[in-house]
Amino acid sequence: MQYKSHHVWWVIAIMALIFLIFIPLSIALGVRYDYTLTTVAVGGALLGAISGMLGTFTVLRKESLMGDALSHAALPGIAIAFLIAGRQLGWLLVGAGIAGWIGAQGIRAITNTTRIKQDAAMGIVLTTFFALGLTFLSFIQQLPDASQAGLDQFIFGQAAAIVRRDVELIIIVGTFALLGILFFWKEFKLITFDREFAGANGYPVQLLDLLLGTLIVVAIVLGLQLAGVILMVGMLIAPAVAARQWTHHLGQMTILSMMFGAFSGASGAVISGIDTGLPTGPIIITVAFTLVFISLLFAPERGLLWTWWRQLQDKRRFAAINVLIDIYRHACQHDDPHYPAPEGYLRALRGPIAKTGLYYLHKAGLIRSVGKDKWALTDSGEAAAIHEDRNRLLWALYRQHSEALSLPSIREEREIDIRHCLPEDAVSQLEVLANELTDKQNLES
Amino acid sequence: MTEQGKSCNWALEINDLTVAYNSKPALWDVDLRVPEGVLLAIVGPNGAGKSTLIKATLDLIPRAAGSIRIYGKPYRQARNLVGYVPQRGSVDWDFPTSVLDVTMMGLYGKIGWFKRPGKKERELAMSALEQVGIAHLAHRQISQLSGGQQQRTFLARALVQDAQVYFMDEPFAAVDAVTERAIVNILKELRERGKTVIVVHHDLQTVRDYFDWVALLNVEMVAVGTVYEAFTNDNLRKTYGGRIAGIGAASGAIDVTSTRDSAEYAEVGDAV
Repeated sequence: MQYKSHHVWWVIAIMALIFLIFIPLSIALGVRYDYTLTTVAVGGALLGAISGMLGTFTVLRKESLMGDALSHAALPGIAIAFLIAGRQLGWLLVGAGIAGWIGAQGIRAITNTTRIKQDAAMGIVLTTFFALGLTFLSFIQQLPDASQAGLDQFIFGQAAAIVRRDVELIIIVGTFALLGILFFWKEFKLITFDREFAGANGYPVQLLDLLLGTLIVVAIVLGLQLAGVILMVGMLIAPAVAARQWTHHLGQMTILSMMFGAFSGASGAVISGIDTGLPTGPIIITVAFTLVFISLLFAPERGLLWTWWRQLQDKRRFAAINVLIDIYRHACQHDDPHYPAPEGYLRALRGPIAKTGLYYLHKAGLIRSVGKDKWALTDSGEAAAIHEDRNRLLWALYRQHSEALSLPSIREEREIDIRHCLPEDAVSQLEVLANELTDKQNLES
Repeated sequence: MTEQGKSCNWALEINDLTVAYNSKPALWDVDLRVPEGVLLAIVGPNGAGKSTLIKATLDLIPRAAGSIRIYGKPYRQARNLVGYVPQRGSVDWDFPTSVLDVTMMGLYGKIGWFKRPGKKERELAMSALEQVGIAHLAHRQISQLSGGQQQRTFLARALVQDAQVYFMDEPFAAVDAVTERAIVNILKELRERGKTVIVVHHDLQTVRDYFDWVALLNVEMVAVGTVYEAFTNDNLRKTYGGRIAGIGAASGAIDVTSTRDSAEYAEVGDAV
């Protein structure tokens, strides 16, 4: 399987198509894209794309839980920023960013200076900060100031709160994040794949970590008002997890993850924008995990259906080949290649799978039914059996002698016919061995 | 010859290296001088600090004490003289990338910041993959590789670095016999081209066949030298302790030509 897989472009095209259909469809269903809803939809799509882009690296760096801890840790920062500056998005985000950063450093400090492992350290910081944030929020809600309302939107997310100025902020910050990823693409790829090698090559790994980490924090903080502190991690990782199923290429994965994120973000924002009673976060996550579910099931190669189908194919293929050789050997014992084998004999030899084998051999015209429950090889069946028998002998000889003859190693894992796996000269070497062996056997008998 | 002039003759010179994890020494006062153009095996029991020695040399972990010189220069200035093959298990082989892509990572340092690898890098990487015998896998996703193919990929990535001194951490760990021989051939080829290769090795049985120098390490350096001088029964006992005493009778220097003896050591080593 080549890794520049083209089906990915199909998925990307389909996603784009769904986007295009989504707008007229939602209009037909009675959604009116007024100014507010358009703003909310654009904001949701952009935030989703940014989270998807950075989520790719979060997932590949195995820092999903870190993302969760960070978003929870942001809550007290939001509350404190509100107490200081009032309800201004920019300041709330700065507060969230600082608190998240302190949380991350706290986790690192606990892991480095004590014997507590990282997962426990995350649990400690996550719950402590979240509890602190909830305490602050209930304190704020008791204040006489009327503008306190709406701060708890940060817990579950509320897209309707997005205004034009927020979208502008998202565009500016998002552009910086995109440029950062583009400029440091190969460096980020290297430290994500192999930190030690990057370090040995003189890359300032810690600095790059800090930069990438900061971008991830920015994505989380920006997304908070859309998805909320509790579910933000889902918006970060779900698009990337879904995208990973479809491709083996980091660039393709990032693009696909951005599209999945944009779709989840936009649809979540629009649905909750229509009915402001619905919190946005749960809707986004529901959409995103539907995409994950579809990807886990249907993606080629990695998808569950694909794996299941391949196993079924293998089962049938080997049942057919094994039964074919059984019939052939049985016939050889009677010195007539077309001598029929009773079905009961084959079943006794092979078990119930023999039935499956017989079915597919018959379908392929390699055997024919003679009399009651008896099967004989057809001419093409005989040829196929000789071919397979020989193939099995060549494999055995290969395993036995490949090292002594320094034959090349075999690379097609799913190919059964050895003549397709090895270069011609190697096959002829094996053929010579096989001929010697069969000659010797003939001589003995 | 002055001390300074002399030190330049060594491909690698480690003086008084001490590395501590939680104030427990992993390496204690280690000295190692390796001349140019040799294949050196670092052997020692588990926890002897073999990988730590390489990582400390490459500035990947902090040193408590000591200095490191590569061709007379500190690592920071000699980085482009060094190629590195980390342990195969140290990365996630399900990372979404191809064999060719991983190989080109060896050239990132030369490409410099902000730039992407181009046609020239692609060709260099392809010829390295040919050298290790997996050019036909260039476009394969790395999760589809066997252990031996993974190791060859890492080796190709180090080869494109076109270094003078190579550090390899357990390149023979869990690879098939064909791959092992292919790697040995590449090591010998590197030596013929005047490169120095320093290999963390676990199989005492093959030390004699594959390497010309050996360093026996167990937190402290027990012995360094040509295989003939240093790979003795006595030194092995000092390195592996009482655990190797069982072989008993043949004390003192062992018969260098006998592979049977070293096979016995290997068994003891494995049993450890």
